[in-house]
Amino acid sequence: MNSKTITISKLLISSLAGLSLVGCAPEFDNPVDDSSNFDSGSADFSNYVSVGDSLTAGYADGALYKMGQENSFPNILATQLKQVGGGEFKQPLVNDNLGGLLFGGQENPDFGNRLVFNPQTQSPEPLLGMPTTEVYANGPLMGPFNNMGVPGAKSFHLASTDYGNPAGLSADPATANPYYVRFASSTSASVISDAAGQAPTFFTLWIGNNDVLSYATSGGVGEDQTGVTPITAAGPDFSDYGSNDITDPTAFGLVYGSFVNALTATGGKGVLINIPDVSSIPFFTTVPYNAVPLDETTATTLNAAYAEYNGGLAQMVTNGLLSQIEADQRSISFAAGQNAVVIEDEDLTDLSDFGLPSMRQATADDLIVLTASSKIGALADEEDPNSAWGVGVPLEDGDVLVASEQQAIATATAAYNATIQSFADNSDELALVDVAALMSQIKDGGFNYGTGAVNAGYVTGNAFSLDGVHPTARGYAIVANVVMAAIENEFGASLPRVDPNNYTAVLFK
Amino acid sequence: MKKIILFTTSLAMASGAYAGGYRVSIQGQQALGMGHAGVAMSDSAETVFFNPAAMTRLESEQQLTAGITFLSGETIFQNETTGATADTDNPIGTPLNVYFVSSPEDDNFAFGLGLYTPYGNSVEWPTDWSGSHLVNNIELKAIFVQPTLAYKFNDSFSVGFGPAFASGVVDFNRNLSTSLVDNQGNRSNVTISASNVDAWGYNLGFMITPSQDFSIGISYRSKITLEARGGEADFENIPSSLVTVFADTTFDADLILPAELTIGIAYNLSENTTIAVDINQTYWSEYESLDVQFNNGAGLSSNPRNWEDASIYRIGVQHQLNEDLTLRAGLYLDKTPIKEGYFAPETPRNDATGFTAGASFKLAENLDLDLSFLYITSNEFDAEYDHYNQSGTEVPFGGTYETTATSIGAGINYKF
Repeated sequence: MNSKTITISKLLISSLAGLSLVGCAPEFDNPVDDSSNFDSGSADFSNYVSVGDSLTAGYADGALYKMGQENSFPNILATQLKQVGGGEFKQPLVNDNLGGLLFGGQENPDFGNRLVFNPQTQSPEPLLGMPTTEVYANGPLMGPFNNMGVPGAKSFHLASTDYGNPAGLSADPATANPYYVRFASSTSASVISDAAGQAPTFFTLWIGNNDVLSYATSGGVGEDQTGVTPITAAGPDFSDYGSNDITDPTAFGLVYGSFVNALTATGGKGVLINIPDVSSIPFFTTVPYNAVPLDETTATTLNAAYAEYNGGLAQMVTNGLLSQIEADQRSISFAAGQNAVVIEDEDLTDLSDFGLPSMRQATADDLIVLTASSKIGALADEEDPNSAWGVGVPLEDGDVLVASEQQAIATATAAYNATIQSFADNSDELALVDVAALMSQIKDGGFNYGTGAVNAGYVTGNAFSLDGVHPTARGYAIVANVVMAAIENEFGASLPRVDPNNYTAVLFK
Repeated sequence: MKKIILFTTSLAMASGAYAGGYRVSIQGQQALGMGHAGVAMSDSAETVFFNPAAMTRLESEQQLTAGITFLSGETIFQNETTGATADTDNPIGTPLNVYFVSSPEDDNFAFGLGLYTPYGNSVEWPTDWSGSHLVNNIELKAIFVQPTLAYKFNDSFSVGFGPAFASGVVDFNRNLSTSLVDNQGNRSNVTISASNVDAWGYNLGFMITPSQDFSIGISYRSKITLEARGGEADFENIPSSLVTVFADTTFDADLILPAELTIGIAYNLSENTTIAVDINQTYWSEYESLDVQFNNGAGLSSNPRNWEDASIYRIGVQHQLNEDLTLRAGLYLDKTPIKEGYFAPETPRNDATGFTAGASFKLAENLDLDLSFLYITSNEFDAEYDHYNQSGTEVPFGGTYETTATSIGAGINYKF
C-alpha cells in the first residue's frame, strides 16, 4: 500500500465519519416544544387563582387525595403557564393519598378514603387505611392558596362567611365545609373573599355544578327552588335550602355576578367555565334500566305476585280514577331475559289510599344512579327472599332520576349556562370554556385528542374516576387543554399543551 | 488489517430499522456504495447474497469478503394537539456480512458460503412515552447463514441456489394499556423475549449475460416465518388484584420475514465505469398482524398491521479511477409498506430516500479495502395507528414523525 492511498483513505474515512455525525439528526420545521412559540398574549398569569368546587380542587375517586390535587386542572394549567410568566401555584394539599378526613382524630363515613377498582369483584372499593388529614388540628393551613376549589361547594356557599368556621361543622345542618375549614384565612372568611383578597391577575371560576349535581346524585330527592327563593335588598336568601335542592337560577345569576365582580375588581382577566349536563356522567349512564336478568320460572312467579297490583290498576281505570295510559305505564310484567327494574315514581297518581303503591317499571328514559348498582337484586328484607330491590321491592326515589327530575336539572343547567355565557360575552376580560360541550362529546362517541381517546364508559372510558362523577387525572388534563384553548382564543396567548396520556386514568386495587 | 478482521468477527450483529419495514439493506460494502444495487453485478463474493448465480462470473478462483457497518438512526415524534414529544434513543446497529466463493476456473460449478443480517429493528422510545401502549422499545435481529451452489450453463446463463438458515432474537417491551398502573401509579408493562428462533428458507438467482458489457440478474429470496414458541413474557408493575391474571408466563408469536424479488441490470458505460439498476419487490402483505399469544389471562394480543407489498428502486455507479482506487455512488427510493392508519411506532418508517457513496482501495495485490457510506431521510410526515383496541373501541395514536439514519461501513475483499 503506497503513501498516496493511505492519505486518500485517511481523508475519506475522516470525511465520512464527519458526515455521519453532523447535520443528519432529524428536526421538525415547527417543534411544538420550542419555547419561543409560547406567549401570554394580553393576559398576566403571574398570580393565578382558581375558584370553584370539587372539580377545581382535583377531587376524584370519591375523595380529595394528594395525587388528585396534584393533577387538578388548575395545577396542570398553572404548571404550563409557568412557561409564559405564571407564578407559583400553592394548593391546600391533604396529607396522603388515602383522601379520608379526620375530625378530632375520628374517621367519618361521609369523608372516607378514595375508591380503587377491584377487577375480581368488578366493583370499586375504598382503600383501606387510617387517613391522616385532620380537618382542624391547630388552626387552618397557612395560605394564601392559589387553588380555592372547595369540594361540595354550591354557588352561594362561596360567599358564606360561616363556610370556613370550624364551629359550623357540628351544626345541624352543618354550615361549614371541612375542606374549606382546613384553609380558610379566618373563621369568618368566605371563599370568594379569600380568593379576591389575593388580587389575582388571572383566575378561573367553575361554580354551579353542585347547584344541580347534589339533586341529581341523590336521585332527585331534594326540591327545585326555582322561582321560590326570597330575594331581598341584601341578595337572595338561601336559608331554607336543603342540601339536595336545585338552586334558583335567578339567585344563581345574582351571586355569580358578585363573584365575577369581586374577582375582576383588581383588574385581572379570567376564565368562566360552564356546567356540564349531569346525564353525561357515568354516575347516571352505567346502570341500565333493564338490569334484572330472569329465567322463565322466576318471571312467571313474579308475574303472579304482581297480578294483584296489575288487577288493582285495571279496577282504578274502570272506576275512572286512573287513565288507561297510566295504567299501561304502571302495570308490571316480567319475561325471560333482561327486565326493567321496578321503581318508585312520585310523579304517578297517588293511589296509596287504595293500597296501590306509586311504582312502575323503568324505561330507557329513567336514569339509575351508579350507587344503585349493588342494590339491585339485593334483599330489602334479609328474611324475605321475595324482597329483592328493583324486582320484588321497587327502587326508591333516590335511586332513580325520572324524566321530570331530569327536566328540572336540564332547565336549571341551561339557565346557569346562559348566565355564565352572558358574563363572558359582555367582557373582553373574560373567556368562556364550554365544558358542557366537551362532556357531551365524551359521552357521545368519545373524545379523540390525537394520541388517544377517552369516553364516558365507567372504568373502561378513562375519562371518569371511580365515583362516576369526577374526571380522572387524564380527564382533568383534557379539561386543562380545553381551558388553554379558550385562553388562547380570548387573549391571543399561545400555550404549551399537556399530553393526556401522561396522566393516570382509573386506579386498580 | 488484522485489527479490522478481529474487530469484525468479534462483534455481535445488531441493526436498526431503516430500510423498508424491519428489513435492513446493508449486505455488502461494495453494493451499498452503489445504492445497494447488485443483482446483476459480479465483482465480489457479495454475490452470494445479491445473486448466487453470479458466483460463476467472478474473475478470481477464490474470494473472501467481510464487512461491518455502523448504523445509527433517530426518529422524532410530536403531536401538536397534546404537545407530546419524543425522540428515539440512538442505538448503533452493526450489520455484518461475510461471504466466501470458490469458483474453480475450469469448472462450471461454484460454491459459496454467506453470513449476513438482513433483518433488524432497534428502536428505543422513552419509557412511558405517549405511545408506550404500542411500544416502549424493541430489538429484533436475525442472522442468516447460506451455503450456496451455482452452475454456469454457458457464457450467457447461470443459476445459483442456496438454502438459508435464519436464527432470530426478539426483545419487545410495551405498556399493557393506555392507562393500567399499579397502586403507586407505575405503568403496567410486559417484555417478551425469545432467542434462537430458527427457520430455513432459500435464495435463488439467475444471471443472463447477453454481452460482455451487459448483464441481467434476477434473485428471489423466500419468505421465512420465525416461529417463537414458549418465549419469556415478563409482566411488571401489575396491580396486586391482577397479579394472577398477568402472571409471568410464556408466549407464542410468529415473525414474518417476507419474500423478496429483485430484478436488475448492470451495464459497462466504459471500460472503467459501470451502472447498475435494481428493482426490489418485498412481499410485506404477508405481514397481516402481529399476534402474540400469552399463556396467561392476557390471552391473545392481536395487532393488525396489514402491510402492503412495497418496492425499492435503486441506481448506482462505479468508476475505477485508477489501479488503486474505485469510487461509487448511488441512490435509492424506498417505498413504505405501511398503509395509512397502520403506522405503529415500533417500525417508525415512511417513504425514504437513501444516498450512498463508497470506495475501494487496493491495499495489496490481492487485498482491497471497501468503504461505504449511507444517509437515509424521510421528510416529516403525519401518521396514525388507528387500530389499537381498548375495551372494544379503537383508540388512535398519531402525530408527526421524522426519521434519519446514517451508516458508515468498512470491509475487506481478499482474492486468492
